[in-house]
Amino acid sequence: MYQWHFDIVWGYRWLFLAGTAVTIGLTIAIVILGMAVGLVAGIAQISRSPVLRWLSWAYIEMFRLTPLLVLLLWFYYALPIMTGIKLDALPAAIVTLSLYGGSFYAEVIRGGIVSIEPGQSEAGLALGMTPARVMRRIVLPQAIKRMIPPLMNQSIIQFKNTSLVSVLAVPDLLYQGQIVAMDTYRALETYTLIAVIYVVVLLPLTAIVKRAEKQLAQSN
Amino acid sequence: MNPKIEVSGLRKSFGSLTVLRDINLTVEPGAVVALIGPSGSGKSTLLRCLNLLVIPEGGKIRIGESSFSFGDSSKLPGVREQARFRSNTGMVFQHFNLFPHMSVLQNVMEGPLSVKNMPKAEAQALARRLLAKVGLSDKVDVFPNKLSGGQKQRVAIARALAMEPEVMLFDEATSALDPELVGEVLGVMRDLAAEGMTMIIVTHEMGFAREVADRVIFMRDGVIVEEGPAREVIENPVQDATRAFLSHFHNRG
Repeated sequence: MYQWHFDIVWGYRWLFLAGTAVTIGLTIAIVILGMAVGLVAGIAQISRSPVLRWLSWAYIEMFRLTPLLVLLLWFYYALPIMTGIKLDALPAAIVTLSLYGGSFYAEVIRGGIVSIEPGQSEAGLALGMTPARVMRRIVLPQAIKRMIPPLMNQSIIQFKNTSLVSVLAVPDLLYQGQIVAMDTYRALETYTLIAVIYVVVLLPLTAIVKRAEKQLAQSN
Repeated sequence: MNPKIEVSGLRKSFGSLTVLRDINLTVEPGAVVALIGPSGSGKSTLLRCLNLLVIPEGGKIRIGESSFSFGDSSKLPGVREQARFRSNTGMVFQHFNLFPHMSVLQNVMEGPLSVKNMPKAEAQALARRLLAKVGLSDKVDVFPNKLSGGQKQRVAIARALAMEPEVMLFDEATSALDPELVGEVLGVMRDLAAEGMTMIIVTHEMGFAREVADRVIFMRDGVIVEEGPAREVIENPVQDATRAFLSHFHNRG
């Protein structure tokens, strides 16, 4: 029978806390930036301009269909060779995760917008609104309500995706854990604790998503 | 007096399907015109062309002071010009298309607020006046999902009127309503006609068309087959096609 020794790991609690803070901070940054990118790309997908539609399509598919780990390594190691722009690990991680998340957010946002009945836009246009105003006043307020649950779901996935940045030596929760595991030779305790931390942070968020979905079902 | 609406040589097709061929039409100020015809005859498309929800391929439309030409040589109107043109025509849809995220009052205020930049207090007073006119003063703070079909359509009429349009277009405004709710909407439309609003009505209510419309236009396959004074066209149609169509309504007027 394996003897659990969480007391050894306890000595590293500040390291875990620092890592958790980096993971949460990183998530907040990539969720905000990713949604901004996703909003632009999602609206470009339904734009009248074929150029915008094509560009956003190319972006979305490129990032959606490439493994995140490959993208992280590419932005950190390959981008400097190609462009001469050398990003530090943290900025590289933020850019990559934001663009990756944005490609998924874009699909959610596009889907939410096209799910609003065309009659809504027609009614707005018939009043004399420009298409941009119809989008802002009529379509988006209704679409956002439908987008919230899938956007939150995607954000939960993004939170877990941040663990991949440890390969770039960004000091997130997993990276700090790896240090602890190597220091203590206590891989089992360390990685179990890390898994628990991820779950504990996300649990309230999933509860919020569930509630939002229920409220949405009621309001329709 | 100049006609309020002038349409000439209007053409539209969707892919290989021609929906409107060479439509010519004039409507005098204050006149009420009923567009009738079988489904697929192009009457709804014609109505939607009149406020550019469908962009015609050829021809000319003038409503009041503003006019547009369509065709190979003329450039398509920009989104702002289109919006300005549409703000001058009120449109009432078959399925109401009220904004579900806004109260009844906000629905009616939305046009004046966001298109005309009317001050809020003024828009609110206007909206309350119009809702009183369609008999819904007691529903101002209700959301559309709590209204009956007839009430929804009356809100939709008030919403269109709030832009103070020169003409009102009705696209089968009573077709989606339960029979017992049709009367209240037709009543509002009748009042509008009596006030001298210029109206084009796509309808299957032959009794209403005969009573309220000045002129009836019968369309089939994208052309105007017959037009004339309402009573004449409905009671003594000249064309076989008109007669055949109207025979379906024999016992319903």
